[in-house]
Amino acid sequence: MSAAFTLILSVWLIAALLVAAGVFTWVERRGLGFLQERLGPNRVGPFGFFQWIADTVKLLFKADEVPPDGDALTFRLAPALAATPVLVGFAVVAFAPGWAISALDIGVIFILAMLALTVYAMVLGAWASRNRYAMLGGLRAAAQMLSYEAFFGLSLMGVVMLAGSMSLGQIVAAQEGLWFVVQQPLGAALFTIAGIAAAHRLPFDLQESEQDLVAGFMTEYSGMGFALFFLGEYLAILLVSALAVTLFFGGWLGPWLPAPVWFGLKVGALALAFVWIRAILPRPRYDQLVAFAWKWALPLALANLLVTGAVVVLGGSA
Amino acid sequence: MDAFLAEYTPIVVFMLLAIGLGLILLLAAAVLAVRNPDPEKVSAYESGFNAFDDARMKFNVRFYLVSILFIIFDLEVAFLFPWAVAFGEISMAAFWSMMVFLGVLTVGFAYEWKKGALDWE
Repeated sequence: MSAAFTLILSVWLIAALLVAAGVFTWVERRGLGFLQERLGPNRVGPFGFFQWIADTVKLLFKADEVPPDGDALTFRLAPALAATPVLVGFAVVAFAPGWAISALDIGVIFILAMLALTVYAMVLGAWASRNRYAMLGGLRAAAQMLSYEAFFGLSLMGVVMLAGSMSLGQIVAAQEGLWFVVQQPLGAALFTIAGIAAAHRLPFDLQESEQDLVAGFMTEYSGMGFALFFLGEYLAILLVSALAVTLFFGGWLGPWLPAPVWFGLKVGALALAFVWIRAILPRPRYDQLVAFAWKWALPLALANLLVTGAVVVLGGSA
Repeated sequence: MDAFLAEYTPIVVFMLLAIGLGLILLLAAAVLAVRNPDPEKVSAYESGFNAFDDARMKFNVRFYLVSILFIIFDLEVAFLFPWAVAFGEISMAAFWSMMVFLGVLTVGFAYEWKKGALDWE
C-alpha cells in the first residue's frame, strides 16, 4: 500500500468515525427517550436527526474558561488525549478481509493499550481543574480503570489461545466454523463487563456520576473540552463493540450480505446493547464496583483461562 | 525490517492525523469560542460556595493499594500473552511451567484476600 493511498484511506476512516460517533449520540438520546417514555431530541431535522450537528456547532462557540487556580496547559490538552488514542485504536480494526489501515500482528494488545490511555485524560483533566468534585472523579477513574484492566486482558486470553494469534484478521478467520462466543461464553461475558468499564459507561461511570459528583472529572469543562471528552466516550463504545465483534461474534463473517456490511451491523447491534444496558441498570456503590472486579471477575477470568488451557491440551487440538 | 515498517508506517500516519484533528478542534474552539471571563463564573465549582480549601487534598490509601495490586496482575497478563499465542505448538513442559507460575500467583492472591487488601471499608 502506497503512502498516499494510506493517507487518503486514513482521512476517510477518521471522517467516517466522527460522523458515526455523532450519529450514535443521536441514536442514544432517541433510544433513551424511547426506553424512558419521553421524546428525546425531535426538533432539528427529521426525528431530530441533525441534533448532533447543532450540538457540535453550539459546543464549538461555547465559552470554555480555565479555573483560576488550575493548570491551564494540562487543562486544555487533556480532552484531546481522551479522543485521540481511541481514534488511533481504529487503525488496526479489520472491517473485512484485508480492510484495515494496518494488519498489525499484535492488534488486540494495541487496541487494549489505546483504550487504557484514555484514563490519563481523565486523571490529568481532573487534576488540572483543581476542583474537589473533579479530583474525586479522577481518583475514581484511576482506581476503576486499574481494577477492570486487570481482567480485561485475561478475559480474552482464551480466544487468543484458540485462534493462536493476536491479529484481528486471523482471529476472525479462525471463527469460520464456529463463533468463539460459543466456546468462550464466560470470556465473552467478562470481556463485555470490562469493555463497558473501559468505555466508562453506565453502570461503570462512577467517575462522573452526576448524583454525587456533579459531573466528576469534567465538572469544570464546557465547550470543546467537554465535546472531546464525549467524542472519546462514544468512540470508545464503538471501538469496544468492534473488538467484541471481532473476538467473539465472528467479525465480518455472515451469509448473503457483503463482509463490511455484516461487520457494521454487528457493531451497531452491540452499540445499541450499550444504550440498553445504560437504560436498565443502576449504578453500584464504589466499594462494590472495586470488590466485584477483584473478588469475582479476576478469579473467574483466571479459571476460564485454566479450563480453556486444559481442554485444548487434553483435546490435543488447538 | 520491511514488514515492521509496512505494519507501523500506516499507524504512525493515522496517529499524526488523529493528533492533528484533536489540535485543530482545540484551536478552532480557541479562535471561535466566546470569551467573557468573570471571577464568579470561572472560579472552581463547589456547590455555589466559595472553595473551603485546596481541592488537591489527602485521599484514601485504598486507591494506592489498588494500583499496587494492578501492577502485579498486569505484569502477569503481559507475561501470558506470548504464551497464549504459541499455545498450539507448545510442549507439555511449557504448559505445566505456566501452571506452576499461575499457582504461585493464586496463592499470593488468596493471601491478599485473606489479609483484607481487597476490602474497601
